[in-house]
Amino acid sequence: MEMPKPDEAVLARRHRIADDLRVIVPGEGVIVDVDERRPYESDALTAYKTSPLVVVLPETVEQVSAVLRYCHENGIKVVPRGAGTSLSGGSLPLEDGVLLGMAKFNRILEVDYDNRCARVQPGVTNLSITKAVEADGYYYAPDPSSQIACSIGGNVAENSGGVHCLKYGLTTNNLLGLEVVLIDGEVIRIGGKHLDSEGYDLLGIMTGSEGLLGVVTEVTVRLLRAPETVRALLIGFTSSEAAGDCVAKVIGAGIIPGGMEMMDKPAIHAAEDFVHAGYPLDVEALLIVELDGPAQEVDYLIGEVKTIAESCGAVSLKISESEPERLGFWAGRKAAFPAVGRISPDYLCMDGTIPRHQLPKVLRRMTELSNEYGLRVANVFHAGDGNLHPLILYDANIPGELRKAEDFGADILRLCVEVGGVLTGEHGVGVEKRDLMPAMFSEVDLAQQMRLKCAFDPDGLLNPGKVFPTLHRCAELGRMHIHKGKLPFPDIPRF
Amino acid sequence: MTQFVPETAEQLKDAVAWAVAEEYPVAVKGAGTKADLGRPVETEHEIDLSKLTGITLYEPEELVLQAGAGTPMTEITAALDEKNQQLAFEPPDLGFLLRGESAAGTIGGVVATNLSGPRRIKAGAARDHFLGFKGVSGRGEEFKSGGRVMKNVTGYDLCKLMAGSWGTLTVMSQVTVKVLPKAEKERTVLLYTDDPAEALRGMTDALNSPYEVSGAAWLPKAQAAATGIELVAGAGSGVAAIRVEGPGPSVEYRCARLREIVGAAAKTEELHSHRGKAFWTVVRDVMPFAGAGDNRVVWKISVAPSDGPAIYGDLLALKGAEAFMDWGGGLIWLAVDMPNVGGSEILREIVAKAGGHATLVRGDRHLRANADVFQPLAPGLAALTRKIKNGFDPHGVLNPGRMYDGV
Repeated sequence: MEMPKPDEAVLARRHRIADDLRVIVPGEGVIVDVDERRPYESDALTAYKTSPLVVVLPETVEQVSAVLRYCHENGIKVVPRGAGTSLSGGSLPLEDGVLLGMAKFNRILEVDYDNRCARVQPGVTNLSITKAVEADGYYYAPDPSSQIACSIGGNVAENSGGVHCLKYGLTTNNLLGLEVVLIDGEVIRIGGKHLDSEGYDLLGIMTGSEGLLGVVTEVTVRLLRAPETVRALLIGFTSSEAAGDCVAKVIGAGIIPGGMEMMDKPAIHAAEDFVHAGYPLDVEALLIVELDGPAQEVDYLIGEVKTIAESCGAVSLKISESEPERLGFWAGRKAAFPAVGRISPDYLCMDGTIPRHQLPKVLRRMTELSNEYGLRVANVFHAGDGNLHPLILYDANIPGELRKAEDFGADILRLCVEVGGVLTGEHGVGVEKRDLMPAMFSEVDLAQQMRLKCAFDPDGLLNPGKVFPTLHRCAELGRMHIHKGKLPFPDIPRF
Repeated sequence: MTQFVPETAEQLKDAVAWAVAEEYPVAVKGAGTKADLGRPVETEHEIDLSKLTGITLYEPEELVLQAGAGTPMTEITAALDEKNQQLAFEPPDLGFLLRGESAAGTIGGVVATNLSGPRRIKAGAARDHFLGFKGVSGRGEEFKSGGRVMKNVTGYDLCKLMAGSWGTLTVMSQVTVKVLPKAEKERTVLLYTDDPAEALRGMTDALNSPYEVSGAAWLPKAQAAATGIELVAGAGSGVAAIRVEGPGPSVEYRCARLREIVGAAAKTEELHSHRGKAFWTVVRDVMPFAGAGDNRVVWKISVAPSDGPAIYGDLLALKGAEAFMDWGGGLIWLAVDMPNVGGSEILREIVAKAGGHATLVRGDRHLRANADVFQPLAPGLAALTRKIKNGFDPHGVLNPGRMYDGV
């Protein structure tokens, strides 16, 4: 994985830079000792490790602003980091870059039920927002599986999703405002407790910008009232086609469940061996359909979904009659990743999105690829929205196997794009999928995106080497190739 | 004025490329229904997208629809109606307000202006349903962003930037949107009150209940009377309205629960399907200010819901002011009898104190050319806005001044 060439002059000044930064963030907030930098070498894309130039852990917006201003003035790269749970290497450090850890921004600043929102610092974990308001009957809807650990600031950077996206949307659909520090130290506030942007949707463009446009220092999130009832169905099918058919028919019937998750046979078996959730072992596909809302409605829709599932040939069907039972349905699904980690020394968790009806075709092709590469794969699928997580099993101790697994993963993602989908549904591009961007975007498409970056960070100091495969200078991107003097094209109808 | 009417994406690219090469500013329009919105654009050339029309993809079970940007909303709505689906963000038809007749516009225009109706509080705005697009930038280059799936974090979310950019960054030729099922039934709880604070309490209690409210508005007595809807018009008081949608039994149940919750303080009633739909269309299309001969200046003000009543009260000090609330108190529609300055200065001061923004929606051409139609930006945001614009349209040819002077 090629990263931008480290700046030797910056490397040589490591200790001087650390001293300068200690003036801004005193004491333990600046880490330069090589052993103490180690915990920050990697995020959840553990195959890649790089020790940063220096780690800085600010506690205030003023400190963040001053650190960025210093880096900007001295041409030092910056890699922001939330909880380091990125699966795409979003916070993989740069050798010559400051690793800016936001974990100390861990306070919930305000809970405002009248306006159904909360102001929180970026280092607050996703789940702790819900924990803070659940006793009052509220919650924060986006629920990535890492929610116990991932930070809301990181959620903003990645536009994180989770199981309940189908009904509740992604992070970007659940934010009201941000405070962001730009690379030159300027602090801007976007949005607030009101709806809609007054001008360009800067809130929307910051979300999912993977640490390339600015550093988030405060987030205003939407809070929802927790649903009256949540119930689930656990449905087994003899083929992924049948399961996919069921999903299509549920949506075709006008039902939008809270979530719909699918697991293929390898994933079912791995999960069952690990947590013994009581999953049927003879089915090719397992579907969990969760319905939430007013009790009346949920009970009614459960019946509708049952009818549809049976008409699609479901061979096993259970309906949760209690909360423990519902959680039991989820136990296997929630343990799918570690379950797979149990049966293989290593695994790569891929993340792509496809049009739902393409699933059987994609799974068939994946089986072919699995045989070609000689690597097993298990699939977990957000059936409601087409987001797919193939888990490629490999052994890093075998020379070349990581590379094989990555190639297999890249083939899968290219396939996703081929069938009308996209490279990443919720994990982000990071470094992991960076070099695949040309599979989805032309050079012109990518250049236009990079010009947006130029508006925020013309020197390219924030997280370079992530998302975009080739770095261009902003002056180069700004150049226009004009062919003047051409007549207005005669074939365009005009009046 | 020369009007280019491209019939293909290729022709659109040529037209824009020519405008860029010659540095001729162009106005961009779909069906032109938004011409009376925003700041007026004075150019010698115009690009008319009405021929870039037609639904190119509609898969109801995939919840996705793709169409030429110039496709009329009537066509989109008809196709969705057939499959019992909808654009959940409830795009308004401001034709009645602006020109006295229906003018729903094009799908491209709906997205580019990010206009959303009462259901915005539950379903989100147009930008939350906008999945992808193809278009031509102000550099004359054809490019695309997004896709046809909802879960997509590949690269920057340029769709969010396009929504609400009023054609100043890119001329979109094709858009892809998320569609959702229409609800089977709907009911609206009515709470009779002249007091905006009491209305807010009722709406807040409703929105903070687990009954999935999809509309919360308050009309003071005069505006309620003007609706002509039974149980609303003849009430002799202001009316707060709270909508629930879904399967029949669910809607009945939730309506009853909500009447219990909000009805402790004041009298309640309920509207069923026909009257309910008519009512929410009135709110959506700002009909209280669309009466024949009503040419008052109209503002759209977005604030934190809890600030709604106080701001409403302050605004009534303006000459001839009348207002009503939507979005649970977070949206105030204001009409003022101030044709020359629109009340801009006082209004912006009131809004600035609380936080939020105001957009001039109806005003004559002269007023819109000279007042700030959109909320003036804080310096940091203004600088970013100019730089972003520059990255898409360095020569400023696309809809120059449509949103701000000089952008």
